[in-house]
Amino acid sequence: MSTQAREVPAGAPLLAARGLVKSYGRTEALRGAALDLYAGEILAVSGASGSGKSTLLHCLSGIVRPDAGSVSYGREQLDRLPEERLSELRRTEFGVVFQFGQLIPELPVIDNVALPLLLAGVPRAEAHVRADAWLERFGVRGQRELRPGEMSGGQVQRAALARALVTDPRIVFADEPTGALDSLGGEQVMTALAHTARETHTAVVLITHDAQVAAYADREVRLHDGAVQESPMLPQAVSHDH
Amino acid sequence: MSTRHVLLGLLAGGPSHGYDLKRRYDDRFPQARPLAYAQVYTTLQRLVRDGLADVEGTESDGGPERTLYRSTAEGASELIRWAGEITPPAPFVTNEIFAKVVVSILVDDAVDPAAVLREQRAAHMARMRELTAVKTGPGVDLTTVLSADYALAHLDADLRWMNTTAARLSTLTAEVTAA
Repeated sequence: MSTQAREVPAGAPLLAARGLVKSYGRTEALRGAALDLYAGEILAVSGASGSGKSTLLHCLSGIVRPDAGSVSYGREQLDRLPEERLSELRRTEFGVVFQFGQLIPELPVIDNVALPLLLAGVPRAEAHVRADAWLERFGVRGQRELRPGEMSGGQVQRAALARALVTDPRIVFADEPTGALDSLGGEQVMTALAHTARETHTAVVLITHDAQVAAYADREVRLHDGAVQESPMLPQAVSHDH
Repeated sequence: MSTRHVLLGLLAGGPSHGYDLKRRYDDRFPQARPLAYAQVYTTLQRLVRDGLADVEGTESDGGPERTLYRSTAEGASELIRWAGEITPPAPFVTNEIFAKVVVSILVDDAVDPAAVLREQRAAHMARMRELTAVKTGPGVDLTTVLSADYALAHLDADLRWMNTTAARLSTLTAEVTAA
């Protein structure tokens, strides 16, 4: 079932949003936002506070349904999928990282990172081996037995990246992943995320208000008042023919 | 950047010739504006004229003859004075972008100041992506990382200023056109 969405015709976007509208009460967070995300690219979504960045990420990742408009993922339309299928996609094909890692404070890091695999039915021993490999990759395997409260902010975020990537997702959604870190910690998190995404050909939607973070992306779209601001055409850093 | 002081600093380690100094300068400051050979030789001659450096002799190594320079005692104390001196923060930098925004407002509908800022922002971001790629490349040394960081922080400062200005364009337009 999950392979269905992976069949993306050559040159077509992996994820495509059109005319997204979303209101919370009288506040219109999105007013017709549209964007394309291609396989393996890192796309920064920037904009001022209140421009709709986080709401856009929630709609793109199927966390909330838009009031109007569509989000296509391969052959599936997220805004029309039953909740069951949406949560399966979020478990298997999408990884999410927030500003504060949102790891479970009571669990050691190794169990936090293995959790998405355990939920997907992977046996515990195998889940731990795979989780350890990701912790190693992000330089926090030495902290595997610690609880999130016993680690630095940068270590927690790198563990959160490990948890987002442990299921080999096609897309990682990162909402201000360095927002709570100092500049050196932020640089380490962004370097780890960008290198890994490129090596594993994982697409990343990177929400940020920080231009130095957005500069890790292959391209950038800017939100203004809930819509994507038109930008002049610039040469693309990645080819879209895969 | 004071080329004469940086060259004096490179001479502090021992006598050297112009070609070698240029090569070491480019290694030390990989993101800086490249130093032309002619500028190296002119600067060395001025250092000699001012008593801060001296000609040590020549060497040929089978190739063309090269003049070796060395730092003098005056050169060494001038270098220490310069390195310990506070660099004045420059609050009134020439801001070409701001000038273009104001001119765009003055010429009315011919140029859209918002578009000027958007396009400048895109160009700044493109340069920031290039610098980020440089500093995260394989096997990159800390000198390169720190040089790229310096440029990135300055471009980021420009961008923040552009964002604030873009958000206040209508007030600025009213102010400029009323004056």
